[in-house]
Amino acid sequence: MVHLGTNILFAGNNFVRLLEGLWTTVWIAICALIIGLILGTGLGILRTSKNRPVRILLRLYLEFFRIVPSVVLLFLFYYILPRQLNLNLPAEQMAVLAFALWVAAEFSDIVRGALISVPQHQKESGLALGLNGWQLFRYVLLPQALVLELPATINLATRVVKTTSLLMLISVMDVINIGQQIIEANRQTYPNGIFWIYGIIFLFYFIVDYPLSLWARRLAAKQH
Amino acid sequence: MDLSIMQQAIPQFVKAFELTLWLSFVGILGALLVGVCCSLLQYFKVPFLGKVASVYVELFRNTPLLIQLFFLYYAFPVIGIKLPAQVCGIIGLAFLGGSYMAEGFTGGFNGVSQSQLDAGKAIGLNKFQLARYVVFPQGFTLSVPALAANVIFLIKETSIFSVIAIPELTNTALDLVGLYYRSNEYLFMLVLAYAIILIPLSIILTILERKVRYGSFGN
Amino acid sequence: MPEQILKIDKLNKYYGQHQVLYDISFEIQKGEVVALLGPSGSGKSTLIRCLNGLEQFQSGFLFFGGKQITPQEKNWPQLRQKIGMVFQSYDLFPNLSVLDNILLGPLKVQKRQRAEATAEALKLLQRVGLEKYAEVYPRQLSGGQKQRVAIVRALALHPELMLFDEVTASLDPEMVRGILEIIRELSERDNMTMIIVTHEMNFAAQIADRILFLEEGRILEQTPGKEFFQHAKTQRAREFLESMTF
Repeated sequence: MVHLGTNILFAGNNFVRLLEGLWTTVWIAICALIIGLILGTGLGILRTSKNRPVRILLRLYLEFFRIVPSVVLLFLFYYILPRQLNLNLPAEQMAVLAFALWVAAEFSDIVRGALISVPQHQKESGLALGLNGWQLFRYVLLPQALVLELPATINLATRVVKTTSLLMLISVMDVINIGQQIIEANRQTYPNGIFWIYGIIFLFYFIVDYPLSLWARRLAAKQH
Repeated sequence: MDLSIMQQAIPQFVKAFELTLWLSFVGILGALLVGVCCSLLQYFKVPFLGKVASVYVELFRNTPLLIQLFFLYYAFPVIGIKLPAQVCGIIGLAFLGGSYMAEGFTGGFNGVSQSQLDAGKAIGLNKFQLARYVVFPQGFTLSVPALAANVIFLIKETSIFSVIAIPELTNTALDLVGLYYRSNEYLFMLVLAYAIILIPLSIILTILERKVRYGSFGN
Repeated sequence: MPEQILKIDKLNKYYGQHQVLYDISFEIQKGEVVALLGPSGSGKSTLIRCLNGLEQFQSGFLFFGGKQITPQEKNWPQLRQKIGMVFQSYDLFPNLSVLDNILLGPLKVQKRQRAEATAEALKLLQRVGLEKYAEVYPRQLSGGQKQRVAIVRALALHPELMLFDEVTASLDPEMVRGILEIIRELSERDNMTMIIVTHEMNFAAQIADRILFLEEGRILEQTPGKEFFQHAKTQRAREFLESMTF
């Protein structure tokens, strides 16, 4: 019997399973982003503080995440948390934790960059109006910084989504892992299935990331 | 941590270190080449090919290297194209990187100010002369920070080569971890190895950025 | 019979649906100096940019040296050699030395000999008092010096018409005079034909043979220079002049 290659996508509940895997992937990305952005905002604000040791410490934190590739990061958490800290988390939560700390590091730099790039005269005009430190931050710096940092933040989100492709390495049942199971199970009936499964996963990632990067580019273009 | 265990692993790490550097070097060179070609096709709006370049850039910029490598290494043999793992790695890195580099160059070209373009046109430069004497020299300078960031990014991406069993740094370290069940030592060496590559490199790139910027714009 | 350099006939320009220039018609003879005056947003800069093809216009005719110009992208490089333009923001090329800025047009566009073009460039630099600065980069120059180089860069192509778009607007006040002197000398000594957009009323009064007064994209009046400042024809122009004096 001759099969159309594409049939592998719709045989049984394959497509639904792939979508479920995609959802796991996206969900982990969303959780990591939310936690990371909140934490990163705090760290970013601290990085503009006058306290030198704090600044240096946070800079080191950032540089660590800049140097360690995400694959390595995942394995650091995968091996070190349970063995050294006796912390046995499910793989999903471990991934969220690792990615969130990474996002926090990257985002702290975005926040800091945005805060220091609000022009000096804006701060001065705020002070001249008699605003105190907190009011200056709340009404002058923060609104302008938020606008400035939005494109970079969206770009960071696209990177997080792409990085979730590594989840399979620590045995999370993400879209790629499920894809591989389907390929294995159908090796006999659909020898070309591998092409279609990886093709659809490629497309999935593109569909999630492309609108985001388009949005980021629009916003960035508007700011110039 | 056990120092003697680390000492014994040094030769393997050195080999993996060299391989990582070599694959990065060739892949990044390829990425720059692909990136320059695509951004030129886009800049001159070459019929058809310009569009192809844009589609390629968007497709590869917005998908993970892991999937691209799986395609090259596992799916291509099904249609009769069987390439050695390292070749797949280099091709993957060059095309993933090519899309990022193209974006970097294009961003630089677009960053050249309208008034500079006007000034160039006003002395009678045609489209190609304007590109050659105004847009490319200034645009290249503007794109250097993005290109430098891409270089760092691509070197880190070579860690993903471990999934197609290329014995680069990450793959080697994970192998050792699995073999001897000593994670601390080998993971520490792994992080150290990336630090040895990336810290000096990012310092060099920052200096380079400043030099190039000063050379073109004087600030 | 004076020789006509440029003639504009019923030029209209839109940004999308929004019309910014309405039925602009005027001509300029060889050696004449025309100043475009008007409040900000009146379309002066847009108009002067249309004359050099830096802005497209949607209808109307443009004649240069008696020949009609089809405003297509490929015709402009040729024409721009004969129409020099200087901008508010100087816009020297930051990656080229002063001399290379000046030589780019003569060497690459006009394919002239380097020795001859260099000799001329140095002579022009000497004329604006910058002969010592040939080898320096724009970043080492003051605003006034940059603008002098920009003027020389335009002159090096031997233009028949010079366009000056608010060339003193970004300069420190003490730099303005030197630039205006150079422009006046161009008119008096070289009989250069010029169109000038400026906010320097005294300068316009002294140098302009004719004033085009624009408001909201229309030419409200064309009046000989002296006469415009003494008794402008339109009420709007009188109000404008009033607003410019303190």
